[in-house]
Amino acid sequence: MNEETKPFEPVIIGFTCNWCSYRAADMAGIARMKYAPNVRLIRLMCSGRLDPTFVFKAIAGGADGVLVSGCHPGDCHYSTQNYKTMRRFHLMERVLTQMGLEPGRLKLLWASAAEGQIFANEITKFVEEIRALGPLNWNNSGVKVPEVAKEEVPA
Amino acid sequence: MSAEEKMPKERIGVYVCHCGSNIAGVVNVAEVSKWAGDNLKDQGVVVSRDYKFMCSSLGQELIQKDIKEQKLTRVVVAACSPHLHEKTFRNACKGADLNPYLCELVSVREQDSWVHTDKIAATEKAKAIVAGGVSRVVHHEPLTPLKVPIHPATLIVGGGIAGIQAALEIADAGFPVYLVEREPSIGGHMAQFDKTFPTLDCSACILTPKMVDVGNHPNITMLTYSEVQKVDGYVGNFAVTINKHARYVKTADCTGCGVCWEKCPKKVIDDKFEAGLGYRKAVYTPFPQAVPKYPVIDDINCTYFQKGTCKACEKFCPTNAIDFTQKNEIMTVEVGNIILATGWDLFDARRVPNYGYGRLANVFTNMEFERLSNSAGPTGGNIVLRDGKTTPKSVGIVHCVGSRDKNYNNYCSAICCMQSLKFAHLVHEKTGATVYNFYIDIRTPAKGYDEFYQRIIEEGALFVRGKVAEITDAARNPGEEGKLIIQVEDTLVGKQRRIPVDMVILSAGLEPRAGSKELAKTFGISCSADGWFIERHPKLDPVATMTEGVYIAGCVQGPKDIPASVAQGAAAAARILGKIQQKEIALEPVRATINEEQCSGCRICNTLCPYNAILFHEDTMVSEVNPALCQGCGTCVAGCPAGAISGTGFSNLQILSQIDGLLLLTLDKKKEAVVA
Amino acid sequence: MSDKPKFAMYWACSCGGCEIAVLNIHEKILDVDAAFDVVFWPVAMDAKYKDVEAMQDGEITLCLFNGGMRSDENEHIAHLLRKKSKIMVAFGSCACEGCIPGLANFSPISEVVDIAFSTITTDNPDNVRPQSSYAMPEGIITIPTLNPVLKTLDQVVDVDYYMPGCPPESHQIAAVVDLVIAALNGKAELPPKGATIGAGNSTVCDECPRERHEKKIKSFGRIQLIQTDPVLCLLEQGIPCNGPATRSGCNGRCPTAGAQCIGCYGPAEGVVDYGARLIAAFASVIDSDKPEEIDRILDGLVDPAGQFYRFNLAGSLLRSSKSAQKG
Repeated sequence: MNEETKPFEPVIIGFTCNWCSYRAADMAGIARMKYAPNVRLIRLMCSGRLDPTFVFKAIAGGADGVLVSGCHPGDCHYSTQNYKTMRRFHLMERVLTQMGLEPGRLKLLWASAAEGQIFANEITKFVEEIRALGPLNWNNSGVKVPEVAKEEVPA
Repeated sequence: MSAEEKMPKERIGVYVCHCGSNIAGVVNVAEVSKWAGDNLKDQGVVVSRDYKFMCSSLGQELIQKDIKEQKLTRVVVAACSPHLHEKTFRNACKGADLNPYLCELVSVREQDSWVHTDKIAATEKAKAIVAGGVSRVVHHEPLTPLKVPIHPATLIVGGGIAGIQAALEIADAGFPVYLVEREPSIGGHMAQFDKTFPTLDCSACILTPKMVDVGNHPNITMLTYSEVQKVDGYVGNFAVTINKHARYVKTADCTGCGVCWEKCPKKVIDDKFEAGLGYRKAVYTPFPQAVPKYPVIDDINCTYFQKGTCKACEKFCPTNAIDFTQKNEIMTVEVGNIILATGWDLFDARRVPNYGYGRLANVFTNMEFERLSNSAGPTGGNIVLRDGKTTPKSVGIVHCVGSRDKNYNNYCSAICCMQSLKFAHLVHEKTGATVYNFYIDIRTPAKGYDEFYQRIIEEGALFVRGKVAEITDAARNPGEEGKLIIQVEDTLVGKQRRIPVDMVILSAGLEPRAGSKELAKTFGISCSADGWFIERHPKLDPVATMTEGVYIAGCVQGPKDIPASVAQGAAAAARILGKIQQKEIALEPVRATINEEQCSGCRICNTLCPYNAILFHEDTMVSEVNPALCQGCGTCVAGCPAGAISGTGFSNLQILSQIDGLLLLTLDKKKEAVVA
Repeated sequence: MSDKPKFAMYWACSCGGCEIAVLNIHEKILDVDAAFDVVFWPVAMDAKYKDVEAMQDGEITLCLFNGGMRSDENEHIAHLLRKKSKIMVAFGSCACEGCIPGLANFSPISEVVDIAFSTITTDNPDNVRPQSSYAMPEGIITIPTLNPVLKTLDQVVDVDYYMPGCPPESHQIAAVVDLVIAALNGKAELPPKGATIGAGNSTVCDECPRERHEKKIKSFGRIQLIQTDPVLCLLEQGIPCNGPATRSGCNGRCPTAGAQCIGCYGPAEGVVDYGARLIAAFASVIDSDKPEEIDRILDGLVDPAGQFYRFNLAGSLLRSSKSAQKG
C-alpha cells in the first residue's frame, strides 16, 4: 500500500487497571458499544503499576498518543494507589512537555467498572484529538544529517 | 540487544479463537493466525492455529496436544477477556504439564471484534494484540500460587435478615461467627414492618424466632451497638478492629426487666425504629423483642450525661446493672472471611417538595405507615391521621418516590410496588377506606406476587397510571376542602385529575446507607456510582466481591425483597463454608520482591503500600516485602528508583515487550548488515 | 615492537575529564605502562588515525573510549577503534549515556550552532556558520558535520563494557585496571559482555551516610536556598537528590560533602530509563492527594527534565526533544 496516500490513523497505547478501567473496556465490549479501533490496551493490575518507562517506550516506539486509565480517586481496588498514579502522571506530563510532546497526546482517564459507555466515548474523543494533532513520529534513529549551507567560493 | 539474542528461544503456540462468529464475524481469524506464524518466528512462534471455540474441551485438547507434540514452552490464546477464561486456559496448560502461568490470554473479542465495525482495522488490531501477547509471554516465568490458611471464624457486618440468615447457616455448620450490628438490637428494617408480602405473614413473627436463635447460638458472638473501625490482613487472615459502644448497662447483671425505661423521665422522639412517630426513653431497647434484651443509654439525650442529674434508672434497677462509667471497648477479632450485609436507608421524601412530606401533616412515608399499621406501634395498629384519632376515609398511595427518577435515583427500588399493594390491603382491611394507587408500572415478578396484585384489585383498590405531579392542600374545586389533593395525569384516560384524599402514603425508595462509601473503603471493596456495593459478576457471582474473602448479601448489593436477601445471605454463607472446609486458599502469585543486594535503603517505597507489606530493616538498611500481605498492585515496583523491586506476573520486561509487540516492532526482519 | 597487549584511549565529544581521571590514578599509571603498550591516546602521545587504520582487526586489546557521538568524525573513529579493538569500553558518562554534551539534544542542532557562533562576545561580523565542505583552488576541504542528535557509543557500535561516571572515580579506574591486568594474566575472569564495571551494585543511597526515614515531601527547593541539616537525607529536606536512582560506586561523594547527587553515575543495574525512575520515585513520595497541591509542590522542581536527564538524555528512551529531532 502506498504509504503517502494512506490517511493518518493514530496508534494509541492505553494502560488500564484490571479492576476498573479494563473491566470498563470489557463492559463496553459486552454491551457491543462501538468506538475507534486505534487504541491498543495493556492490562496492569493497578494504574499504580504504571512506570513512566512504559509511556516513554510507547512514545519512542512510534505511538501517537498514550492513555493512562485507572479507578476513580478514592475507589482504587488497592485503596490509595491511584493517587500515586496521579502524582506520577503530573510530573511525567511536565517532563514530556519540556521534551516537546504536545500536552494533548497524553491522557489520564478515571473510569469505574460500570462506566463502559464513558470509556468508549472518551476513547473515540481521544482518537480524534490525536488525529487532529497528526502523527508524532518520535524519531530517534536514522535521522539524515542535514545539509549545512554552502557558501559561494570567493573569486 | 546482544543479551536477548543469546537467550534460548521459547517455543510458542498461538491460538486464535473464532468464538463462533463473535470474533470471526469481524476479525479475519485465519489471516491473523497465519500472520502470526509467518511473522513472529523470531519471537519463538512455532505453531499458530485458529479454531472455532478454544474454550471447548476440543479447543483445550488442541493446545494440550501441541504442548506435548511440539514441545511448546509458552502458549498465547487470542480470544475473549482474561476475566472469563484465563483460568480455563491455564488449567489446560497445567493438564499438559506446562506451568499455568506460562500461558497468556489476550482479548480480541471484548477489546476488538465486539467494539469495532471496520473489519480490516479490527483484523490489523488483532494482529498487533497477538504480537503483544507473544512478546510478553516470552518473559513469563513459571509461578506457584501461594497457599495461606483460612481462619474458621467469620465476621458478618449487619444484623438484618440477610446477616442473620448467613450467621445461622455458618454457625449451624459448626463454625464461629462474629455478628456486628450498629443498633442496640439485631433485626434490621424487617423488625419495623407490620406484615410482609405476599403472604401477609407478620414480620416480627417470622423474624424474631431467627433473632432468638442468633442470640442463643453457642457459635455466634453478637456485638451489638458496635461498629467496625479497621480491617487489616487479607483473605483467610483478617484482623478486624471493632468499637463496642458503651451501653452503660452491665449485661452480666441485667435481666431485661424494663424497670429502667419505665422510670426514665426523659422522652426522646424515636426517629429510628418508630420512624419519628413515637417516643422512646433515653434508656431503651429499640423494640420489645430486641435481641439482645439489654437496653442502652442514649448518652446524647440522657439527663445525667447532659446535666449530671437524675440517675433514676440506676436508682430503680433491681440488679444494680446501670453503670454510667462504662467506656467504649475496642477489640480486635481474627476471622477468615467477611460478609457485609448492612442493608439500606430510606430515600428522604422531603427532597421532593411537591409531595409535601414534612409540610403537609397527613402525608406519610412507607416506613411511617408500617409503624402505624403495626400493632406494637405508636398507634396500637390503628391507621389514623396525624392527629392520632381520625380514621381516613380515602388514602392515596404514591409509587416510585425518588426512584426511577433522573432527578433523584434512576434505578427501580424493586420492593415498593409490592409494598404499596400490601398497604392497599391493610388500609382496606383495617379502615375500609377507598384506596388509590398511583403507579408508573406494577412490578410484581416473583412467586405469588402477581396473584397478590390480582387480589388487591379484587378487593377494590383503584389504580391510576400516572406519576403524581403534586400533593397539595390548596382546594380549588368543591369537595377538596380539608383534603389532600393529588394532582396527576391519568395516562390511560388521557386526562389530568385532581383526587382528594384524607391520607397519602409515599412509597419512598431504597438508598445505600449513608457512609457506605467509607465502609466500602474500610473493607477494600468498591461501590457503584449509585453507592450499592459491586459484586464480582452481575449475573454469575452476585455475592462475591473483587476482594477475596469479602462477600456481600442483601440490599447492600442493591434493592431486593426479603426472600432474595435471605437467599443471598445463605449463598454467601455457603461460599464461605466451602472455603473453610478447604482449610487453605491459593493466592495468585502476583506479588513484589525486593532484591536485597540492589536495594539501597532509600525508603522511598516504604510509604507506597496500603497493606503495610513493606518493612524497613534498620540493621541491614534494606526494605523487604512480606509476600503474604502483598496484594500485587505493583505500585512499589514502578516507584523504586533503583529498579530493585520486581513484580511477578507483570514484570518490566513483560510489559515493555508487550509494548514493542503492540507497536509491531517485533516482526521478523531480514538480518541487518553488520555495522561497518 | 613489544608483545605487550595494546591499549588505546580516545576522546570523542568530551571535556577531557576522563583523561585526567585516568591520570589521577597516580603511580598506578606506571602499572598501565608496564602492562600495556599504549598505541593511541591523543591527549598523551602523538599518533595519527592512519596508524590505527594500519593495525590488524582486534589488535588493540583494550580501548577506553570516552566522549559522545556528536559528529561524523566521532562516529568514524568509533567504528574504526571498534574494528581494531578486542575490548571496547564505553568510558565515562559521555560515552555511556551522553552526559553534558547530550543536553544539546534538548534543542535543534541549528540552534546550538547559532548560540556558538552568535553570542555577544563572538567576533563574527558576517554571521557565518560552519560549512561541511568548502571549495578551495587547491581542492575541496572538509570538516566533520554535526549529527542532529548526539548519540551514545552503543547507539553506534557494539560495546563490551560500560564504565559510568563523570568522570569515573579514580579508585574505580584503578580497580578496573587491576582486574583487566589480572584477567590478561589468567588470574581473574572478566564479567560477561555488556556488563557495567567500575561501579557498585546498588545506588548512591547505599554509600550515603545520611539518616533516612519514610519520605513525605511537602515541597521541593533548590539547595542554595535551604539551610540544610547535615545529618538528614537531602531528599527528605525537599532537595531533589538523584541519589536513589543513581548507580553507586562513587562513595557518595556529593551527599557526604553536603551537595545533592546530580546523577553522573547513571542508572542502576537493569534500569531502562533513568529519568523515568526518578519521576516515579519523586512523585510517589509527594505528600498530597489533591491535584492543586500536587502541582504547587511540583512547581518547586523548576526544570524536571534537566534534573532527571542532566547526564542521561542521549541514552534515555526518548533520546532528544521533539524540536531537536526536527533538525
